[in-house]
Amino acid sequence: MLTDGAILEMRGICKFFPGVRALENVDFTLREGEIHALMGENGAGKSTLIKVLTGVYPKDGGDVWLADTPVHIKSPQDAQNKGIATVYQEITLCPNLTVAENMYIGRTKSPFTNWGSINRRAEKLLDELGIPVSATEQLGNCSIAIQQMVAIARAVDMDCKVLILDEPTSSLDEQEVQKLFNLMRDLKAKGVGIIFVTHFLEQVYEVCDRITVLRDGKLVGEYIIEDLPRVQLVSKMLGKDFDDMAEIKSGSESENIDYNGTPVYQAINLTGTTGIKPFDFEIHKGEVNGFTGLLGSGRSESVRAIFGADRVTGGQVYIDGMPVKIRKPLDAMKHGISYLPEDRKLDGIVGDLSVRDNIILALQVMKGFFKPFSKAQAEKFADEYIELLNIKTASQDTPIKSLSGGNQQKVILARWLLANPQYLILDEPTRGIDVGTKVEIQKLVLKLAAEGKSVTFISSEIDEMIRTCSRLVVMRDGKVVGELKGDDLNQNKIMATIAGGES
Amino acid sequence: MTTNVSALKPQPSAKEVFGKIVRNQLFIPLVALFLLITFNLVTDPGFFKVSLEPNSAGNLVLSGNLITMIDYASELVILAIGMTLVTSASGGQDISVGATIAIAGSTVLRIVKTQSPDISGAKFAGIIIVSFLLCVVVSALFGAFNGALVAFFKIQPMVATLILFTAGRSIAAWINNNDNISINDKRFSYFGNFIPGVAVPTPVFITVLCLIVIAIVLKVTNLRLYSQAVGINASSSRLNGINPKVIKLLTFIILGICVAVCGFIKVSRTSSITYSVIANNIEMDAILAVALGGNNLGGGKFNLTASVLGAYVIQFLTTTLYKFKEIDSSSISAYKAVVVIILIIISAPIVRRKVDDMKNRREAARAEAEALKAEAEALKAAAAEAESIEAASAEAGKETI
Amino acid sequence: MKKFVKLLVSSALVAAMAFGVCACNGGSTPTTAAPAPTDAPATEAPATEAPKTDELIKVGIINNDPNESGYRTANDRDMKATFTAENGYEASFFYSLKNEEQIAAAQKFIQDEVDYLLISAAGTSGWDGVLEQAQKAGIKVILFDRTIDADESLYEASIVSDMAKEGQQAVEWLASQGLSEYKIIHIQGVMGSSAQIGRSGALDDKVKAESNWSIVKQQTAEWSEETAQQIVQAVIDSGEKFNVIYAENDNMAKGAAAALDKANISHGVGKDVIIIGFDCNTWALEELLAGNWNYDGQCNPFQASYIDDIIKNGVKTKVVIMEEKGFDAKTITADDVKNYGI
Repeated sequence: MLTDGAILEMRGICKFFPGVRALENVDFTLREGEIHALMGENGAGKSTLIKVLTGVYPKDGGDVWLADTPVHIKSPQDAQNKGIATVYQEITLCPNLTVAENMYIGRTKSPFTNWGSINRRAEKLLDELGIPVSATEQLGNCSIAIQQMVAIARAVDMDCKVLILDEPTSSLDEQEVQKLFNLMRDLKAKGVGIIFVTHFLEQVYEVCDRITVLRDGKLVGEYIIEDLPRVQLVSKMLGKDFDDMAEIKSGSESENIDYNGTPVYQAINLTGTTGIKPFDFEIHKGEVNGFTGLLGSGRSESVRAIFGADRVTGGQVYIDGMPVKIRKPLDAMKHGISYLPEDRKLDGIVGDLSVRDNIILALQVMKGFFKPFSKAQAEKFADEYIELLNIKTASQDTPIKSLSGGNQQKVILARWLLANPQYLILDEPTRGIDVGTKVEIQKLVLKLAAEGKSVTFISSEIDEMIRTCSRLVVMRDGKVVGELKGDDLNQNKIMATIAGGES
Repeated sequence: MTTNVSALKPQPSAKEVFGKIVRNQLFIPLVALFLLITFNLVTDPGFFKVSLEPNSAGNLVLSGNLITMIDYASELVILAIGMTLVTSASGGQDISVGATIAIAGSTVLRIVKTQSPDISGAKFAGIIIVSFLLCVVVSALFGAFNGALVAFFKIQPMVATLILFTAGRSIAAWINNNDNISINDKRFSYFGNFIPGVAVPTPVFITVLCLIVIAIVLKVTNLRLYSQAVGINASSSRLNGINPKVIKLLTFIILGICVAVCGFIKVSRTSSITYSVIANNIEMDAILAVALGGNNLGGGKFNLTASVLGAYVIQFLTTTLYKFKEIDSSSISAYKAVVVIILIIISAPIVRRKVDDMKNRREAARAEAEALKAEAEALKAAAAEAESIEAASAEAGKETI
Repeated sequence: MKKFVKLLVSSALVAAMAFGVCACNGGSTPTTAAPAPTDAPATEAPATEAPKTDELIKVGIINNDPNESGYRTANDRDMKATFTAENGYEASFFYSLKNEEQIAAAQKFIQDEVDYLLISAAGTSGWDGVLEQAQKAGIKVILFDRTIDADESLYEASIVSDMAKEGQQAVEWLASQGLSEYKIIHIQGVMGSSAQIGRSGALDDKVKAESNWSIVKQQTAEWSEETAQQIVQAVIDSGEKFNVIYAENDNMAKGAAAALDKANISHGVGKDVIIIGFDCNTWALEELLAGNWNYDGQCNPFQASYIDDIIKNGVKTKVVIMEEKGFDAKTITADDVKNYGI
């Protein structure tokens, strides 16, 4: 019953959580030397399948074969021993150890370790894989991309047959992604089977051979990449005909904005401590604008400065033309500014708290320490926004951490919408979430603008920015290097401005 | 993970309700209490006897095992309140509470010892109020000291409070010039024993009062939401306008006030103080109470009721062990440790998760069986349908012919 | 999980520190009930700069932390009052509850070429090396309050309380009360401390020997009044009868008395329950004077005069056992309270 050339077969995998069938009869086949994309919306069961495969969750049904042998994977350690290696989106290595130590820690059986020889071995492997880092460098000092590659190198050195890459590219910039892809192709040539989980469609088509699509915990199908055009992939993931994203923008709303009126928010010479140069910025009623630039260009730091998230050391801020001081987030909130942070897990969700508490948090803080909402009131708010944003959760009392990424993001959005801001800053609201939710969020942004709110929207995907923003502030190396609007808002122009040379 | 939630949730069966109870945080401490009570009842049928008898001052007072247990648990319960809050917000524990109780008690005695037993009631009340307020201020300051180290200097709570843990008893001794004090005024002992004409031990009233106060505080403020949010994700809380440093500091100050109340009760119980042993090891008991309540010692969500029950369990255990002649003095701690370890293990979040997991698997198996049954039925139905279609087409065929 | 491990490690550390503290109580006749200033920093430079420094006897005094107990406080006050420039001494003090720190301090004193080294050791072992050094340097060593496991030749003399004798005196006094039956609640100090071993031993022996003596409850309260109170309360609640409370220090006796008061059980001279305490705290002796307690065994912290005598008049016996007194509520006088209370 095994497929030819398969190194991993999963048949009829089931996994249940209280009240939820996370996986139902899912099959998955990985062949030698292939890069296999595992696709699906958040909540489709991708992560659950990966966790079953790596022994994090015990499976409730089904069988797993490695090569020709049926196996029972008891724990992540067991999975590793059987040649299944995983590199997660969040680096799970130790930042305070060196690269080589991270590659070999926990794997040397003898209590006496010759670090000299290990460093040499690590150096050799890193060289082979073309990873530009020294084996003795402390991991914490390396970029996220390098850290991810080190994690892969560790897996490669363990002689893995199956390599799982779970959203490895979401914090990498374009160049880094290319490096990672080269590494993946090398490994593929060596016969390693790679399971690639990602949300970036372009990347799937760039590097993968085959796609398995999951939806609502069930298998939709397995496809050879050439046989499945993008639109079809998306429609398979969503389970409906895809409403083309290009149609999101209704077109002429930017003409309704009064650019000569008093800006809702205006900053002059805003200076922070996080390595950005002082900058001027303004946003008008009903406007959607964005910050763009490469990772590390200072786009997130800029909006954090606007919100007072990091220490602000200088500059003058006006809200509706009135000078104000914004020194800490609460100041900004009281002036009608909301901020959805870039790192959802670290700065956004309060994991163990319920969906309800997460939704009311910001408004509650604005209301004051001594004025808690009644439970009925909080429940009303939560119900309202769960319905409004179509948040999929078992109940209001469910801890937010057990929701899928897209739904977590919606809860955070709900939190800030509830705060009823005049000016909403969304930093990477669409990162790491499924296509359907991405579209919903973009539509929501435009709807808010139509209602007269101002929105600053940041995304790594320039397409999204072009679709939603009427004005783009381009940053490079902590400096604002240009502002684009109207006809200049196109991919080529933006790329050129980011790359620099003319300004 | 969000599939068909409603479809899978039928009417809660008795089993599910039971499962819900079992997973409730209060379950473990309640069961522990129940077991301890049963054990005591078996070994001593008169265990629950509560009698109303005169004490040496001629007052009718309640006495009996139960009263004793509830009485002596007072300090621990009050401490557990503060310790739970500190644990929630800072993700660590204050190990200096025993030493700060010594300081608080010493402060009270410093004021009270100067008064002769002959002063009038009103003056005495004044002295008590002054000494208590001073002791609250002093303890709150020491709490703030701990809190500042934790909140502003980001020192781990256990390390930060190690300073006072080590130095606190010396400070307490220093406050009273290391004198061995004994207060002769009978009225001073009212707070740790009985107020004339009242049959219930005063510490019980004080405890109830503290519980009411904290319940009100949690009701009229956002302390619960804020400290949980800070304990779970300080960075996110900050971006939502909460100042995590202030919240951490606040919880330590609240614990300081709890410590003050405990110190006051402690010195009143015997009208004296031994700096080196007063409230000895109480910090460990208080931390245990929090853990027994199933609260995560790493901070975040908390259940105050569970902590309070945990405190009663610990005091119950201690009192029970004191009752047994057979238990050798030197091994009493070992017995306590064994029971505590068992309780802690079964109330550990990880164990509760495992239990959940087992339950899920059972459910999964059941669901699978159901699915199989449904499939079989569907097949049967399909077969029947096919048959009927066949028959129909045959008939149709017949007709066309 | 990581945090939990951290918690475990830290609690272990903490526990280790806590066990380092152990109270000692024991004593006998005071000759100088001398109050003295006590605000003592951990180490002190030579106490006085008397003009004729050369003629003063240099003593290095290594003691336990005065905050450890009331006994130790009294002991330290006594030492400070005796070893003064007026009495012909130049004294340096070092306090620690840790053996290693004490040994290091002893080495420092040897380097400073003191004439006498006075030691109340925190632990019994590990002293041989440093005592040999002292001997080679011609420094005389006198142990006080605590003995150590070292060859007798290494020190001049050792001045100790005989805790067993204290216990025996108290037990003999109790036997002399001629009760028809002795039902005793025995509240012990920190298990393994010399005071506990001595005071428990005497009572245990007597109970074994006499058929009408029995222990109702034997339990450690670790010198704590609150714990003692709880223990006695547990016995009262269990309904068992008793007529003697033998508490190994005054504070625990006080805790026990508080429990009795709560339950309306009379205690003291001519009452239902006999209360025995130890250490002779002033307030405890006042309880005797008022007839609330029956007996208090003294624990003499005043070794300074004995040491002074040895230094100035020479060694008479290697091991000097201090005189121990016991006070009966029926015979105690206000003067006794003044002279013997610590």
